[in-house]
Amino acid sequence: MGRKLLTEHINVEGIQTFDVYRKHGGYASVEKALKTMTPEEVVEEVKASGLRGRGGAGFPTGMKWSFLAKPEGKPRYLVCNADESEPGTFKDRYLMEKLPHLLIEGMITSSFALGARTSYIYIRGELLYVLRILEKAIAEAYANGFLGENILGSGYSLDLHVHPGGGAYICGEETALLESLEGKRGNPRNKPPFPAVWGLYGCPTVVNNVESIATVPWIVTNGAAEYAKIGVGRSTGTKLISAGGNINKPGVYEIELGVPVEEFIYSDEYCGGIWKGRDMKAVIAGGSSVPILPKELILKTAAGEDRLMTYESLSDGGFATGTMLGSGGFFVMDDQTCIVRHTWTLARFYHHESCGQCSPCREGTGWMEKVLHRIEYGHGQMHDIDLLVSVAKQIEGNTICPLGDAAAWPVAAAIRHFRDEFEWHVKHPERATAPGAVYNKADSVLA
Amino acid sequence: MVKITFDGIEVEVEEGTTILNAARKIGGEVVPPAMCYYTPLKGSGGKCRACLVKVAAGSAKDPRPMPKLVASCITPVQDGMVVENTTNPDVLATRKGVVEMLLINHPLDCPICDQAGECDLQNFSYEHGTSGTRYEEERRTFEKIDIGPLIQLHMTRCILCYRCVYTADQITEKRVHGVLGRGDAAEIGTYIENVIDNDFSGNVIDVCPVGALTDKTFRFKNRVWFTKPMDAHRDCPKCSGKVVLWMRGNDVMRVTARKDKYNEVQEFICNECRFDHKDPNDWTIEGARKIDRGSVISANHYELPVLNVPVVPNLPGSTEDDLKDTPFNLGRSV
Repeated sequence: MGRKLLTEHINVEGIQTFDVYRKHGGYASVEKALKTMTPEEVVEEVKASGLRGRGGAGFPTGMKWSFLAKPEGKPRYLVCNADESEPGTFKDRYLMEKLPHLLIEGMITSSFALGARTSYIYIRGELLYVLRILEKAIAEAYANGFLGENILGSGYSLDLHVHPGGGAYICGEETALLESLEGKRGNPRNKPPFPAVWGLYGCPTVVNNVESIATVPWIVTNGAAEYAKIGVGRSTGTKLISAGGNINKPGVYEIELGVPVEEFIYSDEYCGGIWKGRDMKAVIAGGSSVPILPKELILKTAAGEDRLMTYESLSDGGFATGTMLGSGGFFVMDDQTCIVRHTWTLARFYHHESCGQCSPCREGTGWMEKVLHRIEYGHGQMHDIDLLVSVAKQIEGNTICPLGDAAAWPVAAAIRHFRDEFEWHVKHPERATAPGAVYNKADSVLA
Repeated sequence: MVKITFDGIEVEVEEGTTILNAARKIGGEVVPPAMCYYTPLKGSGGKCRACLVKVAAGSAKDPRPMPKLVASCITPVQDGMVVENTTNPDVLATRKGVVEMLLINHPLDCPICDQAGECDLQNFSYEHGTSGTRYEEERRTFEKIDIGPLIQLHMTRCILCYRCVYTADQITEKRVHGVLGRGDAAEIGTYIENVIDNDFSGNVIDVCPVGALTDKTFRFKNRVWFTKPMDAHRDCPKCSGKVVLWMRGNDVMRVTARKDKYNEVQEFICNECRFDHKDPNDWTIEGARKIDRGSVISANHYELPVLNVPVVPNLPGSTEDDLKDTPFNLGRSV
């Protein structure tokens, strides 16, 4: 059984209320930080813990904090990115819904560390019921003196606001989020300048994922050294994984980084194996944007080592044979899954969510979606497959924000690892479009 | 001042200059194309990705190359930066890709488009595109939106450069149009049907790089290459009054602002100058406008018969009389 840092008390009755949360050790980090530590010490502690951003990119949180510019006479902001919209990822919603006070505690401690006097939680618009839970919890925190003027008599004041988005995936990109928070159209900004210098309302801003912020209280309370003991190498601590797809036990699991992928999929403690006794075909390890990997490559690296649930191990082999831990949206597909249809579904999502600001992403996502749609419905041609690879390459790396990459990677990876399946769709349109038909390798050999 | 190397050419520019403007200081063939960046409009740029270049060395202090291609219009130079544009095959291949992306949903209706002949997209695709297309799907189209009696919006041609949005924000009092929707369904519109009506609204026509915003008073009247651009001015209480008259014979076909060789407006003009003064007698004509680039006009050398006496020597007396009351000095010594 791995240690649970975030979700230890998640099933305690009434943990959503301030009193029960407080009884289970809640808000200890606020007391510790505000009464016994300086902001710099909190930043150092988070730095030493090795905590890496849980939103997808895995950038060290402490490092990000230390980049924050501190000019005189300008406020600084902490913004929590709760716009979790990546297909396959649902950990932040779970955390906020069950443990709203954990996020608020993290926001207070982190804001103190960064010197922010006003902080925001930007929550996905569709999660309106979670917004209500958070607002209720924030009101409780105000009532108990943990938010507002002069928190716990320390002289530090903080206001915390929750702001719902309008239903755009792109607003999960940090600069688009800031634009949206300012009340503008959610278009990503050109970088540099980065938010650490020019963020919300032109002031230095840190944008962190919900899970990253929710981890800060534990680090501050128990110490960075204790946190860094968990995990493997530069992947320290625990991570929430949203496991979904064709597994026996879908759900959110808190794992210690370093659990072997095979154990995560097949052990009863986690996913409990593939449903209906089927075989596994492929896995998307970190949310829909990361490259898909076939069974052989997700269980073992190209060098034959066991793959572990860490940032390093999952990205071993680059994109040729590896993937990314990303946001932890772990999506398992059984052998009855059609990869072409699946890829088309993702392409449709990114086509729908592209903001339309820069040309490669605006036009390219739609193009890929249309070509994949044709292939899936039996109107594809062989050269379409290379066309997809080429279009994906034209988008990747040439856009303002990472949405272009996120749209290109799944398509490129699906063709890289499952090219025979795409070819089968083109060669045998009548069989590929038959109800319930799924490609299998043996079938293709006969054909 | 900082020094950078652009395509092997050293150039010294002010600190904070963008790579694109450093390249423009060199001038000529090495200047990256720009479809959305517009010097007079603050905040423009970074969107079309036409100007992507390779930074082979970030600066003298940190000579590491930048991992991705960067948009030269928004990236400031650093001392000792080494930039590759036409010398880097990756950059050229990517640019080809950008042309392709911009064209897949473009109607390619140049034969009936008023912008043809002075269209940035046309130039861009001639210079960097391919002759064929790999796009087999249906092209996206938009419903027509009426934005008033003076300006025609043809959204299907739009490349979403946002220039007209910045123009309305920065030189008019109130912006009533903007970008609606997202992805390839994003469009310029007024949300609830509205007239774009203010004294400087016509400038959106000049900043539009394609034929998405055109002059209704000029629409279908003439082809650009049949008209003769003349610098002219008048006393205008609202603007500088310095314009270009596009004439055919004695008729003023349209009036636009003066643009530099990168097709950027030098001084914005008011709607009165643009739409209401189509009589040559309203204007003091300064002479032919030299068009450097960005228009087929530059290929015609039309100005020679207009101003250069020896080309049309010895006009018959009757012709001289005919021309006496026109603004042209045709055939007479200057």
